[in-house]
Amino acid sequence: MARIAGKKSRLTWAVHISVALLVVAWLFPTVGLFVSSFRTADQISGSGWWAALFPAEQNEVYRTGDPDDDRVAVGDMFEVKGNIFEGEPRNISSWGVSSRDVSAFAPGETADMGDGETLTLADDGAYVWRGTDDQISGRGQRIFVTALVPPKFSLENYRTILFSGTGQDNMAKAFFNTLTVTIPATIIPIVVAAFAAYALAWMEFPGRALLIAAIVGLLVVPLQLALIPLLRLHLAIGIGKGYMGVWLAHTAFGMPLAIYLLRNYMVGLPRDIIENAKVDGATDFQIFTRIIVPLSFPALASFAIFQFLWTWNDLLVAKVFLIDATGSTTVMTNQIVELLGTRGGNWEILATAAFVSIAVPLAVFFAMQRYLVRGLLAGSVK
Amino acid sequence: MFTENPALLGLMTIVIGVGACLGYFFFSNVILDKVIFPAKGPNAGRNINRANMIRPWLFLFPALFGLTLYLAYPVFETLRLSLTDRDLGGAFVGFENYRKMMNEDKFWEAVRNNLLWLVVVPAASTAFGLLAAQLTDRIRWGNFAKSLIFMPMAISFVGASVIFKLIYDTRPADQNQIGVLNAVWLKFDGGIGSIFTLQLVPTLLLIGFVGIVGYVLWTFVRDFTAGGRNRSVWLLPLQLVMAIGGLWLIWLSIGSIVDIWVTELPYGQPQTWLTISFWNNFFLMVVLIWIQTGFAMVILSAALRGIPEETVEAAIVDGANPFQIFFKIKVPQIMGTIVVVWTTITLTVLKIFDIVFAMTNGQWETQVLANYMYDKLFRASDWGIGSASAIVIMLLVTPILVWNVYNARKEMR
Repeated sequence: MARIAGKKSRLTWAVHISVALLVVAWLFPTVGLFVSSFRTADQISGSGWWAALFPAEQNEVYRTGDPDDDRVAVGDMFEVKGNIFEGEPRNISSWGVSSRDVSAFAPGETADMGDGETLTLADDGAYVWRGTDDQISGRGQRIFVTALVPPKFSLENYRTILFSGTGQDNMAKAFFNTLTVTIPATIIPIVVAAFAAYALAWMEFPGRALLIAAIVGLLVVPLQLALIPLLRLHLAIGIGKGYMGVWLAHTAFGMPLAIYLLRNYMVGLPRDIIENAKVDGATDFQIFTRIIVPLSFPALASFAIFQFLWTWNDLLVAKVFLIDATGSTTVMTNQIVELLGTRGGNWEILATAAFVSIAVPLAVFFAMQRYLVRGLLAGSVK
Repeated sequence: MFTENPALLGLMTIVIGVGACLGYFFFSNVILDKVIFPAKGPNAGRNINRANMIRPWLFLFPALFGLTLYLAYPVFETLRLSLTDRDLGGAFVGFENYRKMMNEDKFWEAVRNNLLWLVVVPAASTAFGLLAAQLTDRIRWGNFAKSLIFMPMAISFVGASVIFKLIYDTRPADQNQIGVLNAVWLKFDGGIGSIFTLQLVPTLLLIGFVGIVGYVLWTFVRDFTAGGRNRSVWLLPLQLVMAIGGLWLIWLSIGSIVDIWVTELPYGQPQTWLTISFWNNFFLMVVLIWIQTGFAMVILSAALRGIPEETVEAAIVDGANPFQIFFKIKVPQIMGTIVVVWTTITLTVLKIFDIVFAMTNGQWETQVLANYMYDKLFRASDWGIGSASAIVIMLLVTPILVWNVYNARKEMR
């Protein structure tokens, strides 16, 4: 736009920088969770996740080899030799032999532990522990090391959450429960709504305008109002709390948006095609299945994504209509809330659990963003 | 047998559900055309017309049935329940539930917080969304930036709550802070830098905010006094509400400015952010703003693209600077879309539940209406008061509902 006026805007750099700042600010929270999910509990509580991306000074405790197995006699003294870093060299900045003074010595120095007992630690981790028969016995000597530790990530948390965890720490069941809720609750409303949208878009009948207005109204009715009456209804007719109830509820709650989106799209389809088909003797059912549905694919996809994200991310409807006292049908959002209550400090579990539940919608989001945007643009009531 | 494996049950439900729908539509049409009103015999013409009158309702029936049973009926049933008492066997008690609810401090706390949410979240999301839309429109990697800002839309409120709980995390003072907010907070030591960033800058921001609100308010008053020309009856209460809201905001901001300079900040001590009453509401709101900004950005960006190029060119030729172009040329042209975005986010805010439920569960004075309702319904098992608070939410939504229906009808004519 600035180029139209014949000069490059001086603000261009400011714009680039502002956008970069915005993007970083919006990405930062998610990245924090993502990075944390690859760290062990000790790493998470030891330093902020932003520190995990760079090598960090850390205090670590090692133990020398066991004197009973490894000691060798040198004259009248005994020695244990070895390397505390087995195959993972690090740069030691300081070390000590007592937990009260963990950085008493520099690498290469020799610690005098009294009565002639000594320990030497080189900066590559090689040590020599020397003393009398009495001193070099029992368990190995502890060595406290302050070293520059390279970033280290592991998939251990995901293994726990998805496979090996027990009880609340295992999300596998909740993952499948969520899928079980989501897929029928996404597909069925599309079918039901598409027919209704076709009738509202292309069939003439008295009361049509009123119905459309009613649907626009229902679009904003808070589902909070539906909770008690419907739960009572479900209990009364024997559905109770369970998948059937949650499918029905999601189907109905998604219906106004579905009808609204699809009708708006179908109204825009070219009139000629539909009228030609009618002249050629096609029934409404044939017009719908052969012409309208294939042409409406973008709108169907938009709504499918909405409904998928909404049912996958839902907590309230699942809590009210699905999850009973046994908790065997818990969904991921609910399990995460429970984890927040019971394992509030265990960020390795929480972060990983949250990321497992976020991952699927994120994948859908990035794969089908185009349709989501289109749906948003059509769906916000003008 | 199927109930034992939910996945199988789900698959069966899809097959049966979709099959039943298609079957219903197909066979009901066939029956209508072949059996009830056959298009042959002496009355063929009349029968075809009759069939065509009934057909739309065949197509509509399942959807309408679902909508009526699951959305329309509950509104009235909830209204009825709010006037009855469960412990008395569902006896009619008039407005007793509402009276009890009004006497609860927790309810008024929820209303107060909801109003605060209602003002802050739509405003902040729309403002950030507009900013992001305008900025990304002008650069080559704009679409990439947009999709990253848009991304939180896909994240559940619960997931976002976990993400932000990590940011607000607190450790004892002698340990490394793992929450970003505390880590940053501990960098401030009360020196000149701290005074600048924590007192001077917020004060200036608040003064700017007061200025903007005051300006908007002033234009309203001017419109109002100059008005009289074809003004809708609906607009008057709306404007009154906005005026009161605006005055309240100014009052709040001035109070905050005073607070900023009076309060001794506890430098050097890690804070448990979510327990600081009043301000913790804002820490919760940040989560929703973070999610909704992408939505606002996408819609507003499309609206910005729809602005006729000539208007902008004309302004450039007339020597307008980029800020003037933005505020005087572009924003007025997309005002309708801004209102749509604002109301859509307002609806989300009115129903906000998951974030509060997951992060504080209404403790430390962060209660909101939807969570208050959930508390009453499922913890206290008090259907009367629960329904009464649901009706309060419905009442708050009603103006938007009326406005939307009014607009939709206008558009269809």
